[in-house]
Amino acid sequence: MSDAPILLEMRSITKEFPGVKALSDVNLVVRAGEIHAICGENGAGKSTLMKVLSGVYPHGTYDGDIVYQGAATRFSDIRASEHAGIVIIHQELALIPELSITENIFLGNEPRKRGAIDWKSAQRQARELLARVGLRENPDTLIKDIGVGKQQLVEIAKAFAKDVKLLILDEPTAALNEADSRHLLDLLRGFRERGITSIMISHKLNEIEAIADQITILRDGKTVETLNIKDDGVDEDRIVRGMVGRELSSRFPDHTPKIGEVFFEVRDWNVRHPISADRQVCKNESYVVRRGEIVGFAGLMGAGRTELAMSVFGRSYGVWESGTIIKDGKEIVLKSVADAIAHGLAYVSEDRKAIGLNLLDDIKTSTVSAKLSKITKRGVLDEVAEYKAAEAYRKELRTKAPNVDEGVSKLSGGNQQKVVLAKWMFTDPDLLILDEPTRGIDVGAKYEIYGIIQRLADQGKGVIVISSELPELIGLCDRIYTVFEGQITGDIARQDADPETLMKQMTSTKKMQTR
Amino acid sequence: MSRFKDLQKNLFGGTTSNARQFGMIFTLVAIVLLFQFLTDGLTLRSDNLIALFQQNSYILILAIGMLMVIVAGHIDLSVGSIAAFAGILVAKSMTEWDLPWPLAILFGLAIGAAIGAWQGFWVAYIGVPAFIVTLAGMLIFRGGNQFIGNANTIPVPEGFRVIGSGFLPEVGPNTGYNNLTLLLGLAACLAVVWRELQARRTRHEMDADAGPLWVSILRMAVMVGVLAFVALRFASGRVGTSFPVSGIILVALVILYSFYTRNTAGGRHIYAVGGNSRAAELSGVKLRRVNFFVMMNMSVLASLAGMIFVARSAASGPQDGNGWELDAIAAVFIGGAAVAGGIGTISGSIVGGLVMAVLNNGLQLQGVGTDRVQIIKGLVLLLAVALDVYNKSQGRFSVIGSIMRPFRREASATPATSATGTEPAKTTVSG
Repeated sequence: MSDAPILLEMRSITKEFPGVKALSDVNLVVRAGEIHAICGENGAGKSTLMKVLSGVYPHGTYDGDIVYQGAATRFSDIRASEHAGIVIIHQELALIPELSITENIFLGNEPRKRGAIDWKSAQRQARELLARVGLRENPDTLIKDIGVGKQQLVEIAKAFAKDVKLLILDEPTAALNEADSRHLLDLLRGFRERGITSIMISHKLNEIEAIADQITILRDGKTVETLNIKDDGVDEDRIVRGMVGRELSSRFPDHTPKIGEVFFEVRDWNVRHPISADRQVCKNESYVVRRGEIVGFAGLMGAGRTELAMSVFGRSYGVWESGTIIKDGKEIVLKSVADAIAHGLAYVSEDRKAIGLNLLDDIKTSTVSAKLSKITKRGVLDEVAEYKAAEAYRKELRTKAPNVDEGVSKLSGGNQQKVVLAKWMFTDPDLLILDEPTRGIDVGAKYEIYGIIQRLADQGKGVIVISSELPELIGLCDRIYTVFEGQITGDIARQDADPETLMKQMTSTKKMQTR
Repeated sequence: MSRFKDLQKNLFGGTTSNARQFGMIFTLVAIVLLFQFLTDGLTLRSDNLIALFQQNSYILILAIGMLMVIVAGHIDLSVGSIAAFAGILVAKSMTEWDLPWPLAILFGLAIGAAIGAWQGFWVAYIGVPAFIVTLAGMLIFRGGNQFIGNANTIPVPEGFRVIGSGFLPEVGPNTGYNNLTLLLGLAACLAVVWRELQARRTRHEMDADAGPLWVSILRMAVMVGVLAFVALRFASGRVGTSFPVSGIILVALVILYSFYTRNTAGGRHIYAVGGNSRAAELSGVKLRRVNFFVMMNMSVLASLAGMIFVARSAASGPQDGNGWELDAIAAVFIGGAAVAGGIGTISGSIVGGLVMAVLNNGLQLQGVGTDRVQIIKGLVLLLAVALDVYNKSQGRFSVIGSIMRPFRREASATPATSATGTEPAKTTVSG
């Protein structure tokens, strides 16, 4: 296999976003006819790399060369890469539910006859394509009437309609059940026999081990290694080791935890998906938080960490089914966000721009926005109190802004995050749930935010940190729960927490023995 | 230029919306002066000013409610029809059921509240877009008006007409002016001075720079001067005329609602919902309640506007309130509100409404036909908002950007996330 000609070579690809280097000097060599897996933690740069390849980030916005089919290529957009036979299938399917299979397959690529769409030919071709991907379904069926597994196959058929040579699949089995996953993997093997090259991004290490020929591991925007699954005898442990690396630098302020009694407890928490009612997002999850404790939640994308947090925070996500919340020995019922805030919960969301902040606000308005009652006197907002509170937090958290009249949209990510933290600290919470608190923030600001989190814990508050960065969880948390597919699979004390153990629990349903 | 900016900042407080208001007030003054010149002084004559106020008070009342609806991210197309519907019922209640007129006014407000609850229910609790709900309301209540009134005109009794065509009465010694109007003007001047001093004290309490004293004095002098001039104009009109009752209702509502939107938690919540409804929800704002309230409030104000109009024209007819929704919406947008919600002020909307009103009035005084007046008003609306969009695209907020927010957010979020945190790849790229 390794003597097959090289189909694609990406050479020292570097891609920078304002303030962050997403990829630095990444190399990728894909040989014709192989299945090449790309692995890495969340944020390692896998998707960015694929976007560079497929022209989402056009030539000129990155450094480095792409050699495809022996020639240097410069894709200006997705159309250009698709024209060259590179088709990417995203995790979130790009199908239109109200259109039929045929219409979706040929969307933007419709066969024409004298200016009009030639539906007869489209139908015939659709039938052939569906046969190739092993989907027995009437091409007139609407997408919304078939399951996710079949939709995935339609996506692949759509790729074939574009005469694909290199098929890129981003987490193809993430949304599929066991049987559909197996079918898809069989299909990929079939493609390999017919000489189609695939790149597969996946978190499911067992699948990679089972199907891939080569694997390239990325970490922190750099290529760690490329391994041949068979020749190098790669197994899951080996991949995990590559993904998490070995060294953990001291990027965290020194901290001696002062952990008290359990004061917050969630028992047998069950939540269903808000739209597809048959999907259970939280499966019987139970956990506890002690005063002064920083508790981490580790899990891969889609494991249901955010969903768990938000459903607890006043049922702001999904359809609550069952489960109880106990705070300070008493059961509490939180039916709305207002209830949750009144009971001393705070939730700092992972996407501060989309749901954490009103970007039209200034710093002071944002700071007080979750507890206006605190600055209301006889029904009237006290502007002086508002200003003083905001100013106090600005100084305490060292938010970089000329004054609290500054619009939050003008602040950097780190400073915006400080405003969000101030907003929730202003509500005097007992339990803070921080969802990806350092996402999109540079290293210096991260250090400061870790310090803030530790101070909050030292004040006797409980803190839950949800993070995709394992080093962050290990460095910051006193205890870490691992979550996989809506279930808590491990409860790991700080001293036992290492990346390998965590990653193992994050990728398997096997429940680890609780201490 | 920077000196001018400093002055503007000092005079108007310096935030973006204030800067925009500065522009609007400037435009208003310019238009007034232009027409004053073009009409040989007709525009600022007492009788014209009084007529201007009476003719436009109901549109301005609508603009108050519309501002809140638009800030919350909705729209209301039904206000004209609701005004007509409430108007005919109130007229009927007095002529046929012999309801005394004060009770009839309460009855009218209750009708507005009921209609508002109906529309608010669909918008807030069922989630039907306000555009659709109120488009339906526009048809339903226009039809309702004509159904109830048999498409006829129903006159209203004398007492009721006060709210539309009444004036402050003549009391006290004969000064050659209307004394109550003078008193009102004096009160307004004192209020302006008090507010300015209050604002300075607040700034001091915040340990913030209150700006130079002379700026405050200049600002007070200008405001007091304008108010005194207006008060004298209103007070010196034809005997029996003075500041109109409808104007008093308007001023009271402007003060009340400005206070509500700026200085209470409820008002903040409206801005929060319009700015980012999900963030507002996750901050404990009860989304449905806010949406219900703004829709209901709008209908109450619409029925009030309808009653004032009926009182002024002495009868309720089938064509009352035609096109009002568009005038009110135009006033709000000219006054600097954002199409996508979250931005706008009551005072801005009032100024926006006055710009349209003066334009209308001035053109009519010049004998320009309604055909051309409409064309000009349309162009003014377009240009005002286009200028706003252009300014914002250069600077902080863009109206178009806010409309496109769902898309833009995805696009801008992608680099950020892929750069640092997680799996992005949520943007749809094919096709």
